[in-house]
Amino acid sequence: MEDVAPEYDLVVLGTGLTECVLSGVMSVKGKKVLHIDRNDHYGGEAASINIEALFKKYGNYGPGEEPWKKYGRVNDWNIDLVPKLLMANGELTNILVSTDVTRYLEFKQIAGSYVQQGNGPKATVAKVPSDAGEALRSPLMGIFEKRRARNFLEFVGSFKQEDPASHKGLNLSKCTMKEVYDKFGLEASTRDFIGHSMALFQTDEYINAPGMAQETVERIRLYVNSMARYGKSPYIYPLYGLGELPQGFARLSAIYGGTYMLNTDIDEILYENNKVSGIKATMKERGEPGDGMKFQTKCKKIIADPSYFPGKVQVVDHLLKAICILNHPVANTDNSDSLQLIIPQSQVGRKHDIYIAVVSSAHNVCPKGYYIAIVSTIAEGSSNHHLELQPGFDRLGRIEEKFMGPAIPLYEPLESGVNDNIFISRSYDATSHFETTTDDIRDIYRRAEGQELVVEGLRDGQNLVAEE
Amino acid sequence: MASRVQQGGRPGGSRFSQFKLVLLGESAVGKSSLVLRFVKDQFDDYRESTIGAAFLTQTIALDETTTVKFEIWDTAGQERYKSLAPMYYRNANCAVVVYDISQASSLDKAKAWVKELQRQANENIIIALAGNKLDLVTENPDKRAIPTADAEQYAKEAGLLFFETSAKTSENVKELFTAIAKKLPLDQGGPRNIRSGPRQGVDLRPEASSTVGASGCNC
Repeated sequence: MEDVAPEYDLVVLGTGLTECVLSGVMSVKGKKVLHIDRNDHYGGEAASINIEALFKKYGNYGPGEEPWKKYGRVNDWNIDLVPKLLMANGELTNILVSTDVTRYLEFKQIAGSYVQQGNGPKATVAKVPSDAGEALRSPLMGIFEKRRARNFLEFVGSFKQEDPASHKGLNLSKCTMKEVYDKFGLEASTRDFIGHSMALFQTDEYINAPGMAQETVERIRLYVNSMARYGKSPYIYPLYGLGELPQGFARLSAIYGGTYMLNTDIDEILYENNKVSGIKATMKERGEPGDGMKFQTKCKKIIADPSYFPGKVQVVDHLLKAICILNHPVANTDNSDSLQLIIPQSQVGRKHDIYIAVVSSAHNVCPKGYYIAIVSTIAEGSSNHHLELQPGFDRLGRIEEKFMGPAIPLYEPLESGVNDNIFISRSYDATSHFETTTDDIRDIYRRAEGQELVVEGLRDGQNLVAEE
Repeated sequence: MASRVQQGGRPGGSRFSQFKLVLLGESAVGKSSLVLRFVKDQFDDYRESTIGAAFLTQTIALDETTTVKFEIWDTAGQERYKSLAPMYYRNANCAVVVYDISQASSLDKAKAWVKELQRQANENIIIALAGNKLDLVTENPDKRAIPTADAEQYAKEAGLLFFETSAKTSENVKELFTAIAKKLPLDQGGPRNIRSGPRQGVDLRPEASSTVGASGCNC
């Protein structure tokens, strides 16, 4: 086994998406990167795993049983641990294109975007209208409300910061979203699906917060523009699951000289004058005899996921998540092979929305005939978490297998990292997309490098790949 | 970005297929050098560990009407600490497992990579075993550490194509890739094959029109 270099610019701990994107970007920019994971696979919390690994992770079967055997070849399953989708026009898509990581991946549309109105047996599930025309056809609104919603969506579509005529007398950077909704006379139920299934806010806090109108309008525009990109939904998804994303960026990093070590435990973080100066670590495959390969290397900075520095992070929320295997499409979704369904909090008497993300064999994540549905929300109580997700389970019908562990703590770093040069990422949050993940990537880059991350043209003039 | 559009068929009934080929083998056995010789007909004695050359393409004309395009994936060094991602093996149609005929241990490593391929890759993947650095042995027969017959015997048992090659002198390099091309199921390498012809998914590039993108890459 070759020796590890005596010094790196950057050591990255954990191969989640955030860490892999940063590793890739830093390598392209010429930094010498050592990227380590304690696990034997890429992806950390953002991995996709096969059905045998999923059963083993949750341990929901008896001794001697092998329940995964009735689900075909285990490797035909790529089950995401994090239920997220990519906005077609979102920042992650931008980074993927700018770094050419798209060459390693293939994407498909998510077939539909749905929202629930009402609760219990009276609940209706309908497509989220994404433009003025769809608003006029939507069963979510009455005839007069449809026209008001159309006017609102036309306003959002034509809004330009530099063109006061498009502002309709509203100062979006100062006013609240309530004032905007009031101006168009929208009903509460319409505000609900716009705020939660288009702007994708998970709570109602945005409505009365001053200055949030601008962000809300931008979020709706992102949704609408993403929707317009491919037509069926605003979301796209990588074939073989989200776990392909960190692998793609890890490959980018490796192509630009990044060194990769899985199966490697960090034994000690070394400091000099309260700043990180290096690591001691051991690489050892599971079941491998002996003590493994121990090594020490210097580094100027560390980027890590929260699990590597439990003393430097705090819990901000708890995520509830249940992974469900179905053998039928979800009712009232036009037999879609994939979808997002949002149950806005107020419809079911909660403070946080319930999300359902469904993918299937159309995305090479399971054998034909199966569907993987992940129901998730932010925990509001300290027990009976199963009941909190119940409105989501109600939408799924018959469930073949359900995997639900304890509430998952979501972490954020206590400090920015500028004092000790250890920059820690945030956990993958409960949002249905990667926009907050890319916000975190940009934030970490800013903290670590003291400048904004610019990905456009990142590889211009440094394309080392041979011409044909 | 250059256009990626691939034609699956050409006028006059000619066939054009594209396949993903992955390289495997221990560090420093000459994986990248073999590809560099095949793709650019170059060799560099002091070539550093792989940086940047991770995705090359080369086309072979098998006869007047049949063309095979290889999309060649290099390990980018991720094999060094056994950290190759599953993505690497995904949809690979063929593989070249390289060892160094002057290094006794490298054939054992190659055997381990063949096992890994059989575990991770498509069942019907075509694997070629390449004993590289033939030039060293031609100059100085004492340098040979692995007898041709031993490797040949193993390749036969394991159902692998087998060549001893020199990236330096180019001996058997073209022959290696041509033999693979001949063994590939060309009829399945049409546009519907996952790694050939237009991709089935969406194209993310800003200038792309709606759904169908294209395969491969022009780099």
